[in-house]
Formats: sequence, C-alpha cells, structure tokens
Amino acid sequence: MRSWVFLIVALIVAAAVFAAALLVRTTYGDYLLFAGYVVLQYVVLATAWNILGGYCGYVNFGSAAFFAIGAYTTVALHKLGANPGRYLSDTPFEVLGTLLPLSLPTLILLGGIVSGLVGFGMGYLTLRLRGVFFAIATLAMAVVLQTIVVNWDYVGGSRGAYIIRPDAAEIGPVSLAYIQYLFLAMMLLAVFALWVARTIERSRMGLGLAAIRDDEPAAEASGVPTLRLKLAATALSGALMGMAGAPFPYYVGYVEPANAFGLPYAVNAIAMPMIGGTTTWAGPLVGALVLGSLQQIATVTFRSEASLLIVGVLLVGFVIVAPRGIVGLVENWRRPKKKKLKSPQ
Amino acid sequence: MNTASAPILQVKGLSKRFGGFVALDDIDLDVGQGERLGLIGPNGSGKSTLVNCICGTLQNETGTVHFNGHALNGAPAHKRTHLGLARSFQLPRPFASMTVADNIRVPLLYTVRQRTGLVHSHIDLGRRCVELLALVGLEHLAERSPRDLSQVDMRKLELARAVASEPKLLIADEAMAGLSHSEVEDIVQLLLRLNKDEGITVILIEHIMRAVMSFSQRLAVLVSGRKIADGKPDEVVNNPQVVSAYLGQ
Amino acid sequence: MSLDLLLNAIVAGLLLGGFYAAVTVGISISFGMLDVVNIAHPAFIIVGSYIAYIVNDALGLDPILTAVVVLPAFYLMGQVVYQVFYLSFEKRGEEALRGLAFFFGLLFITEVVLILTFGVDYRYVQAPYIGPTWRIGFVDFPLRMLIPCVVSLLLVTGLQLFLARTFIGRAIMAVAQDQQALRLLSVDPIRIKRIAFGISIATAALAGAFLIIIQPVEPSVGREYIGRVFAICVLGGMGSLPGTVIAAMLLGILESFTATFYGPSWAPAVAFGFLLVTLAVRPAGLLGR
Repeated sequence: MRSWVFLIVALIVAAAVFAAALLVRTTYGDYLLFAGYVVLQYVVLATAWNILGGYCGYVNFGSAAFFAIGAYTTVALHKLGANPGRYLSDTPFEVLGTLLPLSLPTLILLGGIVSGLVGFGMGYLTLRLRGVFFAIATLAMAVVLQTIVVNWDYVGGSRGAYIIRPDAAEIGPVSLAYIQYLFLAMMLLAVFALWVARTIERSRMGLGLAAIRDDEPAAEASGVPTLRLKLAATALSGALMGMAGAPFPYYVGYVEPANAFGLPYAVNAIAMPMIGGTTTWAGPLVGALVLGSLQQIATVTFRSEASLLIVGVLLVGFVIVAPRGIVGLVENWRRPKKKKLKSPQ
Repeated sequence: MNTASAPILQVKGLSKRFGGFVALDDIDLDVGQGERLGLIGPNGSGKSTLVNCICGTLQNETGTVHFNGHALNGAPAHKRTHLGLARSFQLPRPFASMTVADNIRVPLLYTVRQRTGLVHSHIDLGRRCVELLALVGLEHLAERSPRDLSQVDMRKLELARAVASEPKLLIADEAMAGLSHSEVEDIVQLLLRLNKDEGITVILIEHIMRAVMSFSQRLAVLVSGRKIADGKPDEVVNNPQVVSAYLGQ
Repeated sequence: MSLDLLLNAIVAGLLLGGFYAAVTVGISISFGMLDVVNIAHPAFIIVGSYIAYIVNDALGLDPILTAVVVLPAFYLMGQVVYQVFYLSFEKRGEEALRGLAFFFGLLFITEVVLILTFGVDYRYVQAPYIGPTWRIGFVDFPLRMLIPCVVSLLLVTGLQLFLARTFIGRAIMAVAQDQQALRLLSVDPIRIKRIAFGISIATAALAGAFLIIIQPVEPSVGREYIGRVFAICVLGGMGSLPGTVIAAMLLGILESFTATFYGPSWAPAVAFGFLLVTLAVRPAGLLGR
C-alpha cells in the first residue's frame, strides 16, 4: 500500500471511530470519550517510542519527561494567554500578546517543537556512546526535568496549575463539546504518528535504522551516517511524545509534576510496543489498544496501581516468552497456514 | 607494481595506543592503484587495529592516512566508505534481522546512491542486488535470513556487502578463517576476480599462508605494532627477521 | 560563606558519599564488571529498606543487623534473577533492548507491589544511633550518617579484598574481559557471573538498611538513585571499587554543597548534571570497555 493510500484509509477509519463515539455519547455520556482519549494518547506515545526504540534499538526511559514537556509548554503559554498584560506589557511583546490565546493545534505543534529540541540536545550529548548510556541518561533526565519544573514557580511549581477547559470549540460552522474536540485532535495525532512511523519503516531511513539496531559498526562501514540518523529518530520520537502531551492540561484541568511526569507514561510507552511487537508500526498500535483498554477497564474495577501491575507483569512476561510481541505471535500462527495453502498448488 | 606513481592509500607515521599499550608504532604503508597486498603478522600484532584506524572505526593519535587524494584524519567511518574505502569484518557482522538481499541494499542505498545517484528506482536497486549476490554465488539465498547461512556463505555475504558500496579499495580482514581447503580457494578466486575484473585494489589480511602467497603481489609484515618487512612475497617470507618473528623470536 | 558552614558541608558530603558507595558497589559489580545493565538495582535496595523496616517495627531489631541476616536470601535472589536474565536474553544475544526492558519491568513491578502493600506513606526505623550527633570543634558528625558511612566503607574494603585475593574474586574481575580464558581454566563463566550477580544484589540488603537509617523511605525513592548510581559507577571507572568510593564522595560533596547553598529541592538534579558532565568529559573511560 502506498503511503498516501494508507493515510486516506487511516483517516476514514478515524472518521468512522469518531462518528461512532459521537453516536454512543448520547447513550453513555462523556465517559467513553475520556477513556478513548487516554487510549489514543497511548497510541501516539507507543508509536513515538517505537521509532527510536523498536526501529533503532535505543531505549528511551524518559517518555514521561517528553510528554510533560509538551504539557508544560501548554501550561506556560496558556498562562501567558490568560494574562498577557502582566507578562507581555513591553512594546516588543505586545504584538505577541495579540496572538494569544493560542489554538489547540498551534499548542500541539509548539509542544512538539520544544520536546523535539530537547530530544535533539539530549541525543547530541549521549548518542555517541554505547546505547545503555543513552538509556540511563534518559532515565536520569526525567528526574532532572521534574526537579526543574518543581522549582519553577511560573508554571505552578510543586503545587501545580489549574487550566480551565473551555466548554466548546468551533470548527468552522460546527460546534463541538470540548472533550469531543480533544478526542478528535488526539485521533488525528494518532493517525499522523502511525503514518510517520509507517513511512519511516518503509523508507531508506527505516533500513538505515534497522542496520544500526542490528550492528552499528557494520552500518557505519556500509556508509550509514549513524549519528545523524539516531539524532533524527530521537528528535522525531521526542517531538511526537511532546505533541501527545500538549493537550493534556485541557484534558485534566489541573497539571502538577506528579501527574504530568507520571510513571504510567514511561512504563506504557515501553511496554505497549514490547508487548505489541517492535518491528512494525502495527505492533505499538495493537499494544496500545489492548493494554490501554485493559487499563481503562481495570482502573474502574480495581485500584489504578493494580492496573499498572498488570502492565509490568505482562512486559516482563512478553520479553521473556514472546520477544516478537503479539504481532510476532500472530505471524507465527498464520505462517504454517500459508504453507498449507501453497503446497497443493 | 606502480606503487611509486600513484598510491591509492598512503599511511604515514601512524601510531595508536590503548592506555599504556602501544598497539601500532609509527606505521608507514603505501598501496598502489590496483595492487593486491597481503598483510600478515602473528595474533595481536596490530593488523586489525591498523584496519580499524584506516577505516575510521578507531581514531589514531598520530600520523596521517590519505586515500585517493583525500586526507582521512578525523573523518567518520561512513564518510570513508562514501569515498570508496570498504572493509569486511574479521567476524562476519551481518544485519541479522534483515534478509540477505536487504543486507546488500544498505550500502547500495547509503553509499552508491549517495555518491553517484546511480541506483534510482526500485528496479535498479533490485537488479544491482541480484548482480552482486550472483557475483558471490548467493542469489538463491536472497530472501533468507543471514542466520540460516553457512560459515562460507556468511563470509561471501560479508564481502558482497563490502563490494556493494563500489569501493576502490577493499580490505578483507581474515575473510577465510575457519573455512575448509576448497572454501578458501573459492574466496581467493572471488577476490582475484574483484581485483582483475572490477579493478578493485585489495588488502588481504590472513593467517592462511597458502592463500596469502597465491593471492598477493606484495607482502607486508606487522609484528608487535611495527612493520618489519615489506616487499615481494618470496623475499619477505625468507627474511630472517620475519622467520624469527613467526618462530617466536 | 563562613568556614564552619563550609567544613560542615564537606563533612556531610563525605558521610553521604560513604553511603553512596554502598548503594553503588552493587552496580559497579553487575554493570561495571559483568556488563549486565541492572537498572532494577535501586528497587532491590528499597526492598532491603522495607525488610529492615518490617523487622524493626515488629521486633525492634537493629536495621543493619537485619540486613546481615537477610544477606544470604538476597544473594540467592540475585542468582535466580541472573539465571532468568541469562537464559532469556544473554544466551540469545538479545540483552540490549529486551534485557533493559526486563530490568525496567522488575523495577516497576517492585515499586507497584510495595505501593499496593504499604501505601505511599514514608516509613522509618528506630535505632539508638538515629538522633545523637558527635561534635568535634564546630563540625557535626550525625551518627545516623556516620554509622552507615563506616559500615559501608568496611563493606567495600571487604569486597575489594575478596576480589583481589581469592580465586573466585579474580575470576569475577576477569569474566567480562575474557570468558575463553576462564573456560581454559575449566571455570564456568556463567557460574562466576551468577555468583557475582548474587553478591551485587546482596549488597543491596545493606544499602537498603543504610538508606532507611538516613532518611524515611517510600516506594518511589528508588528512582532518585538510578541517576546517582550510574553517574558514580561511570565516573568511578566502571567496575573499579576504589574508583567507586572516590566518585561517590565527590557526588556526596557536590550534593551537600547544593543543598547547603541552593536548597535541598535542587539536589536530585545534581546527579544528572554529574552524569552528563561525566559522559562529556570522560568518554574515553566509557569507551575503553
């Protein structure tokens, strides 16, 4: 399937899901939209993680930090927009003030840019070294960024910040309840992330990343500019994570370091691709849909920690028993069948 | 050969140390256009370190490497490959998750397209891939995983991947270790074909003397990080210094 | 800046560094010597803290004594974890991506189980040396810092002697460099690695006891230590125990200065800055392995 065909098909599927969500809303209320938003957010996070982790073999433990960068970019800009006179009274900034408040798509874009830049900087410092050092650095980076946010009063410090969610959003003539609008935005973001991942996977860059994952010195010897590719993958992956985090303040209404840097993001971003399968774009999607829905159900039924425990146990179980994830299991199950079909011909 | 006229590779005063250990000490080495050079030496004499310094896998502290008129110092390994300097690894290092054909596609896409823009379409790419696999006799294994290959086929894949980057100079680092008599002959013939038909300059690093002697036009000997001999193969192997080095001084 | 403030900050840093040495020594063995990237090490330390807490709460037993009693159990636990790691990842040559995910999963499972069992409240222990402070001149030596520091240095010294003087110790130091040579001596490198990993986890029992003596503990405290232990291990030269102690003292002093002169809420950021500087300034030490 060509790239643009995939994009159109994905958009049609997204439109159908959105329409279904709107119809169901009349009977079940907003709960399904809230739950669906979280699942879609994980589709973006898992897909983003997999661009670096699955395709290139570099483990990022700091997904929560990239997510939080997106969220706090929104918080900072929202605050600026809520009170432009106070922060932007000087003449050169007055013009900027008139642009505020920024629309959600703009915030998503800016969140992506900021966390993409952080990913680039972080990669530039650590990607020359062995992969484990990169992994450890991302782990530590999450702690440091959280420390910085805790000490940054402008965005609320450790107390957190309240963001008032608008009641509705207008898209042209159509007026949507804000949660519908958020759901739609995250849906489109998920389609975008999947399209990016799939395009990379089938491009020259995808082959280069796979070469790095398999054997970095051999990739260099074959002419692959490994550092440049790794940097691109890190920045892109970080940017998508930041984009997933940008609408978060409007979704929760109250952002504090503990929920923006939440452990679930870091864990799910790794566990979902690992459980779904890391070598194709479908793996993170499957992993996020299965685990995300499971967690939404478990959170209602048990404590939220219990639902995280399930993820942890599944992660360890899958990496030991089924290293190629659900996608790998399905392929194994289908392959013998194919052979049987071919033999009589 | 015509070493004096236009050396394609010129190594001058190259030294490399690991901590206090001197791995290479002031190495000079010229390799002529189209030449077949054998590089021998006991284990740990610095042969692989020299290859790694020439190819940019390691960075040397002192000395210079010139290749085809370019100063290589500090250039990353992939840049050197783009300039036409290819190598095979001592232990084969295939891209294990890809098919055999995709292993060849990596240098085709990242080096040949980069350099010449020659491989444009998927058709070009596929055709070139088949040609290269046919050259080493692996075309029937194109869609297999490298994990399924035998030792000798793995070595051939390693060489095919190096040749895929259309090099001017190929460094074959122990391309025959652990192979049977007839398999060694296979690889020697392959390297000779690459040299004579494709005009690739070849440096062969090898322990199997039979292969080195039948292949090389010139022989250089490394012992404990120093070059102790360089010349016609017959003369070099009878050089008393070389003999004593190989018999354990 | 007055002299007594400065001196007190240095002493507090050295005491803290002594404790960090105990926290890191396990990583110096598993990561530095065996090349097993056990990012779950802090989780084992927290388990050690909670065991010390439970026993102290129920029986009033000294936390360090408890740790010594449970050392063998931690040693065995380490052996089991290594065996699973070896069979599932190392043997298949897949340790890079999946091995990291495995240890990350362990870290996470431990934390969640502790939260489910004990909640997120801070827990602490009681011992006669928590509270009193020795004072020499105008320099304070709080016993709750001094005792862990001293025992920790004893532990590291003991381990260093074990590694340098015994056959198994030397085999552990050799195992990362040359497995083939060990096989020639008819030593099974996997067995050596299993023993070494067991020892590395055993040190977590003691480090956990020190931790809960020094500060109250809740399940997520372990995460703060990941940056610290790897920064120390890397700067210390990956697997050198004397190097580990020196690097630990350095970080201790740095953190103590940050806390004294900038405020304690910035302290967690120091370790990461330390790690980044280490990666930037000493890459040769990193790539040497």
